[in-house]
Amino acid sequence: MKNNSRRGFMGKAFGAVAGVGAVASLYAMKRSWDPLPSVKAAGFTTLDMSQYKENELVVEKWRGKPIFVLKQSKEMLDTEDKNMSEITGKSTGTMDKKRLIKIGDDHFLVCVGLCTHLGCIPGYRPDKKNFLCACHGGMYDDTGMVTKSPPPRGLDIPPFKIDGMKLVLGESSPEYEQMLKDGITLKV
Amino acid sequence: MKELFILAVVTVFTLVTYYLVEPFAHSHMHAHHESEKFAYKDLPALTKTGNVARGKDLVMGAGACAGCHGIKVAGMPAPMDAVTAAQAYGVNPPDLSNAGAVFDPKFLAALIKNPTHALMLENKFNAKTGKTFPMPQFYGAGGDIDQEIADMVAYLQSIAVPKDKLTANVAFETACGRCHAIHYEYNLDGKLHAPWTQIGEKPKFKHKQDELAFETKVLDYQDSLTKYLGKLPPDLSMYIRSRGEHFLSTFVEDPDNYLKGTAMPRVGVDAVAAEKVIEHLADVGDSKRHIREEVGKNVMIYIIIFAIFAILWKKEVWRDLH
Amino acid sequence: MAHFTKATSMHDWLNQRLGIDTLNRVLATEYWIPKNINFLWAMGMILAITFGMLLISGIFLLMYYQPNVNLAFDSVNYTIMQEVGYGWLWRHVHGVAASVVFLIIYIHMFTGIYYGSYKKGREMIWISGMLLFVAFSAEAFSGYMLPWGQMSYWAGMVITNLFSMGGLHMDGLVEWIRGDYVPAQAYLNRFFMLHVLLIPLAIIGLIGLHFGALRIPHVNNQDGEEVDFDVEAKKYLAGDKANSKVIRFMNDFLAKDMMVVGIFLILFFYLVFYHYDFAMDPVNFDPANGLKTPTHIYPEWYFLWSYEILRPFSTNVGLIAFAFAQVIFFALPFLDRSPNAVPASRRGLFKIWFWAMLIDMIILTAMGKVPPIEPFGTIGFYAALTFFGLWIALPFITMFEKKV
Repeated sequence: MKNNSRRGFMGKAFGAVAGVGAVASLYAMKRSWDPLPSVKAAGFTTLDMSQYKENELVVEKWRGKPIFVLKQSKEMLDTEDKNMSEITGKSTGTMDKKRLIKIGDDHFLVCVGLCTHLGCIPGYRPDKKNFLCACHGGMYDDTGMVTKSPPPRGLDIPPFKIDGMKLVLGESSPEYEQMLKDGITLKV
Repeated sequence: MKELFILAVVTVFTLVTYYLVEPFAHSHMHAHHESEKFAYKDLPALTKTGNVARGKDLVMGAGACAGCHGIKVAGMPAPMDAVTAAQAYGVNPPDLSNAGAVFDPKFLAALIKNPTHALMLENKFNAKTGKTFPMPQFYGAGGDIDQEIADMVAYLQSIAVPKDKLTANVAFETACGRCHAIHYEYNLDGKLHAPWTQIGEKPKFKHKQDELAFETKVLDYQDSLTKYLGKLPPDLSMYIRSRGEHFLSTFVEDPDNYLKGTAMPRVGVDAVAAEKVIEHLADVGDSKRHIREEVGKNVMIYIIIFAIFAILWKKEVWRDLH
Repeated sequence: MAHFTKATSMHDWLNQRLGIDTLNRVLATEYWIPKNINFLWAMGMILAITFGMLLISGIFLLMYYQPNVNLAFDSVNYTIMQEVGYGWLWRHVHGVAASVVFLIIYIHMFTGIYYGSYKKGREMIWISGMLLFVAFSAEAFSGYMLPWGQMSYWAGMVITNLFSMGGLHMDGLVEWIRGDYVPAQAYLNRFFMLHVLLIPLAIIGLIGLHFGALRIPHVNNQDGEEVDFDVEAKKYLAGDKANSKVIRFMNDFLAKDMMVVGIFLILFFYLVFYHYDFAMDPVNFDPANGLKTPTHIYPEWYFLWSYEILRPFSTNVGLIAFAFAQVIFFALPFLDRSPNAVPASRRGLFKIWFWAMLIDMIILTAMGKVPPIEPFGTIGFYAALTFFGLWIALPFITMFEKKV
């Protein structure tokens, strides 16, 4: 009796054909959830790097996220140099500028302004020259390097391309690829 | 057999209803116009062969074209910016760089000789209405006027992009773009193009002030245009779907076909350029038409297989039931 | 409290808790359908599947549609049609399905009328079906507003104006329906709500009622024969399938349904990809403009017959005629006084009534679309009178029908 309601060969074959159609329509549904081309096309932001002042944090916007731009002063670079020589035990001149982007003669910190812990926006304190995240107390120095947990790593750096005095965010370049290779930042 | 008869009855009633509400009803709503394939039969044929070099002298000199028109490809910018020109003439005189590629040579010749006649605007600009068309007639530079006009047309054709290189968007911009906007972005050769305004592509602005300044310019231009034409020509973004290819083609060929006494002039494009203009409208308003046909084909093949398997399944299940 | 034992399989585990075997038997394998049916009995399944396609395509349209008078048109015609991956497919499926679903509803209705499937205990099937027709009409109308094109706007204007009730001048009611003096933001928002929430909920509920109403009187058959379902089911279960007058819903009836569905889908997808203008009126690809009425306005084809009943008369008479046309089909089981629940072909005068009604409604449909010029006005007028004449005649011709 049970056999009567069970599907024969053609029933199974028909079910398989219908299944193929269902899977194909799932593909169309998946594509409908994709970001729109206009969203993708808007994924580039060009910054004019000549407009920034030393030790003054400017927040730009790229792909809807805040981007910190901090031009380093001579003093900041020197401190950085000193700190690094203390850590590495080598004399000055070995400053680790790997987190900074050099444009012309200037060095910039350009990073995503979201705490790598849970995504709050850390505040910059120009007097102390560091970032403090109010949510859970994470701290970063003026190159975006983490100095106090809980953040697991320094502030992420967006893909960038140097174009004269301009910086294009959203487009990769050999300099950025090098940063990824050196483990300075995760891919954003 | 009985089922097939029932199916035939249902099909006949469905098709009759379809025929009555679609082809029949629509034939009573809109007059149908056949295209004359952009022959412009009312305009005289060109009898002379033009000389490019003499044409150049005429266009730049005695023809006085450059007094109002820019010719960018020849290194001549427009004498006024679009907004100022529209305030002076009602509409911005077109740049002539690609006129030779877009407009029919017969039409160009007729236009130079008697603009309102070629544009079919005689009922608007005449002694009775007291209005004069901004573009003056060319009365000749002293020689054989038909030869001179043929020379100018030859020159315009020589500087324009070759016919086969004329792109859809350039055809649209040259033929329609000074009166009609298209506020949709569109893809051409993999590049996303900005929306079109009557004064050109709308650039991307970082500062609100710059954007507002641009929009103000567009509005100023549109104001002049509205004053000149009586109403602002419509945005053409969705015209490929709202009007369809046939209407667009026969309308562009002769606007009087559908709208008696419309402010829209006869545009004078040749058949190739008309096709390009319509292609551009399709690129903007029906950009997924290619993928629709592609997917359509696959879905039709699939659904026929689906139906065959459904029939076979039914036969299997019903074998025991009879 | 039920007694639960350690499950021997996933199936058993579920069966103890949900009774899936019982459900399967009651809803599918031992839900008995008469064998003596033709493909017209598959219209219900086609409607269910078309409704499913409307629901799914609607969900995907909903994700990028903007119910805002400034954004709606472009969100449909640019974002959905040209930016969203396969957005154009959802829109075409949705638009074409919304039109085709009415073709199937009308076939379904006229099948019911022809075979007398609204009589002898099947009255609730008919009434719930008519409620579904009304709900689908409201769903179609509210959905037609959403692209905010010229036809959306002017259909909204004209149809809401009907509620001024002609000579009663109830302009306050019209404004209340619109939330504005003209169809505007409040109007678009509330019709958006109706289209995506309230009416679909009502439809789903009514579909449940419609199915439930079938349960006790069972499905009719094409000879109007009274089948003893218990006896015939026993015969089937005993193995005498060939002589039993009933079949299982699953797989027997379903297999036939799917065959018809397969053939229907060929037509449907052809329309979706290659012939969609009939369902997606070109005029509605012009953005709404409250200062310019299109040269020709007309409803979608499935509303044309009732629109034409309104058109040839003066405002008040027209509105009464229109209201009559909207509700009269509900009364069919009670106006048909004949005791016979058999196909129209065996019912004498009713046979003529049936074909006359069908043809008259097609004429009304055609006249509702053509411009109001002669001779169409006159034809429409007489077709409308015929419509009323047929309904008035129905109780009389059926009262004297001989019992077969």
